Amino acid sequence: MSAESKLEIGTLAVSTSPHIRCDESIAKIMWTVNAVLVPAALFSIYQFGLPALRTLVICIAVSMATEYFIQKWQDKPITINDGSAFLTGLLLAMNIPATIPWYIPVVGSIAAIGIAKHTMGGLGYNIFNPALIGRAFLLASWPIAMTTWPTPAGWASKVDAVTAATPLGILKLQGYDALVKFFGDKSDMYLSLFIGTRGGSAGETSAVLLLLGGLYLIYRGYINWQIPVCMIGTVGIITWAFGGNGGLFTGDPLLNILSGGLILGAFFMATDMVTIPITIKGQIIFAVGAGALTSLIRLIGGYPEGVCYAILLMNCVTPLIDRLVRPVKFGARR
Amino acid sequence: MTISFRGGVHPNDCKGYSAGKAIETAPVPAKVIIPTRQHIGAPCSPVVKVGDLVKKGQVIAETQAFVSSPIHASISGKVVEIADYPHPVFGTCMAIVIESDGNDEWVEGLPLQRDWKAIEPADLKEMIRQAGTVGMGGATFPTHVKMSPPPEKKIHTFILNAAECEPYLTADHRVLLEMPETVVAGCLITMKVLGVAKGVIGIEENKPDAIEVLRKATAGTGIEVVPLKTKYPQGAEKTLIRVITGQEVPSGGLPMDVGVVVQNVGTVVAISNAVEKGIPLIERVTTVTGGAVAEPKNLRLRIGTTFGQAIELCGGFKETPVKIIMGGPMMGMAQRTMDVPIIKGTSGILCLTAAEADIGPERPCIRCGRCVEACPMGLIPSMLSILGERNEFQVAKEEYDLLDCVECGSCVYTCPAKRNIVHYVKLCKAQNAAMAAKK
Repeated sequence: MSAESKLEIGTLAVSTSPHIRCDESIAKIMWTVNAVLVPAALFSIYQFGLPALRTLVICIAVSMATEYFIQKWQDKPITINDGSAFLTGLLLAMNIPATIPWYIPVVGSIAAIGIAKHTMGGLGYNIFNPALIGRAFLLASWPIAMTTWPTPAGWASKVDAVTAATPLGILKLQGYDALVKFFGDKSDMYLSLFIGTRGGSAGETSAVLLLLGGLYLIYRGYINWQIPVCMIGTVGIITWAFGGNGGLFTGDPLLNILSGGLILGAFFMATDMVTIPITIKGQIIFAVGAGALTSLIRLIGGYPEGVCYAILLMNCVTPLIDRLVRPVKFGARR
Repeated sequence: MTISFRGGVHPNDCKGYSAGKAIETAPVPAKVIIPTRQHIGAPCSPVVKVGDLVKKGQVIAETQAFVSSPIHASISGKVVEIADYPHPVFGTCMAIVIESDGNDEWVEGLPLQRDWKAIEPADLKEMIRQAGTVGMGGATFPTHVKMSPPPEKKIHTFILNAAECEPYLTADHRVLLEMPETVVAGCLITMKVLGVAKGVIGIEENKPDAIEVLRKATAGTGIEVVPLKTKYPQGAEKTLIRVITGQEVPSGGLPMDVGVVVQNVGTVVAISNAVEKGIPLIERVTTVTGGAVAEPKNLRLRIGTTFGQAIELCGGFKETPVKIIMGGPMMGMAQRTMDVPIIKGTSGILCLTAAEADIGPERPCIRCGRCVEACPMGLIPSMLSILGERNEFQVAKEEYDLLDCVECGSCVYTCPAKRNIVHYVKLCKAQNAAMAAKK
């Protein structure tokens, strides 16, 4: 037997240990996140009709094209297949009004990928969440268009579909009672918010679909549950305590949790691993800070909604958190 | 319930290739290549010349340095060459080449019969030193040095590391199953040398048969068998001690700082052989495995047998390997040729196929934090890799605890960006050592 045994080898690869890897990859993580956002994105098309589809396509296509051309120009490997530019485009589209004029998302996508991501060095080096930078860029450039919300009746054509104002906008300008009256009664309001039949940015409306996607990411271990729980919990507690007219603890935490972009932000943007602290303890600080800033902007700021700026502001302090919050080194306890 | 430690990863253990295969004793090789350096510490100098006739078990290289270990002929025959040869750890190293005379004769007086219970600890330790015993898990630290703690370090516990947490490797598992009495005798001898009453065998629960066998073999000896959770790196010295004693070896310290000495399964077998039979360390059990090997086996091989010879005994390759590794896939060293010899620390010869060794292209760190969660030492591996990439070697050492890294590879295994963190860690360590040497 040994006489005929094969002992031929080709060129042997020599590298540092370890010699095996788990089967996760950046592309797998990114495409999974994209996939779990699809139901909420489809719901936006169902709600707001073809304009929503158009905005989605523009954002994704321009994001990927921008990344392609920048990498081509810089002679870097083209990585548009890893799903990260796709994700930036998808999140940007979900964060702006569906019926916005076509050139605005074009500019936003270029800003997100070109400025927020590639001036910093590309994937892994950006300080700020690219999609949120894109959104902030547009909000500063076209404040009217960015706050003109479509009626969520595209293909749904419900008789009592809410008009073009977001729940948080009504809350800010007309007060809580007006908002409840707007939806009918309290339970109708919660149900609308939960399912997503309300005004708002294209992909932020359906709490239930976003929650399902987020829970799947937690199950797969791609995001830590502590982040959405702490961020949403903080908003809930602060708006409950200070959000009411009748003194302490008369606010409506559930309304605040289900409206605006909080669910989308807490599950999909405050969990953007590149721009948040690397330790779980640091991520909890980040999430609580983002929740507190969101509440602050909603309750006393000039804007009705603050998730975007809250996360961007916390992105700024991520390096600081990472410097201060370290894991406890083995052998250093006691 | 089994106990565990913080961090770690769960790679597929791939032990099925060889776990069920009884140890086979390889035929005496026609030629052996025995490197003069098979341990951490001072290299040995040859004490034989080309043309000398040597017997099995005869000392062929030694040195007077304390942190060192003598080297013995593993076959009887003629020294035909003393020259530089490929070495699995050091690249190249002076080696003594012996051609077999076919007789496989022991040097005079061996093997003998001794009762360790009647021998004084100091004499036991000298026997262990003379037999060339070193740590056989791969680190090859001279065993007698490990058994000589300074008097201010009071040792209270001896731990036998039977975790065998590296995927693919099954040599220790088979030794535990097939020669439990020798293992237990080796443990008892070690405990006598150290003067400790408490002995613990730590073993991963993926080896229930070995746990049972050891429980029977240790009955009445006072040695406790502790099943451990199957998780890599359970068998790393520091995590093993943490799990079994609850104590953490201080940063920069040694197990003896918390009163513990750990030995590997192969090592206690060598200790038992050295003391009870006077047999020096000239052979060891090695797992030859991996997807590329036709018939994976656990082989009892003479030191100095080449990897190629060992693989041939397993029917050669059924698929062309792209990587040949000494040791396991997590911490083993990739080899450039099959002409390297088996040394005292060769726990496995792993031949990986292209599919098994596919590690993917390295991408930028996306700061996902998986490495931080996986690190059993509580470090931030991603930062170490980034600092290594940017030549910030000193920052890595001073601000990111570079020297606490045990290079277990858990971070690299779990990294979705496929970053070679251990590579950068080794680079940083080497550069810091070079800088320190310059001063």
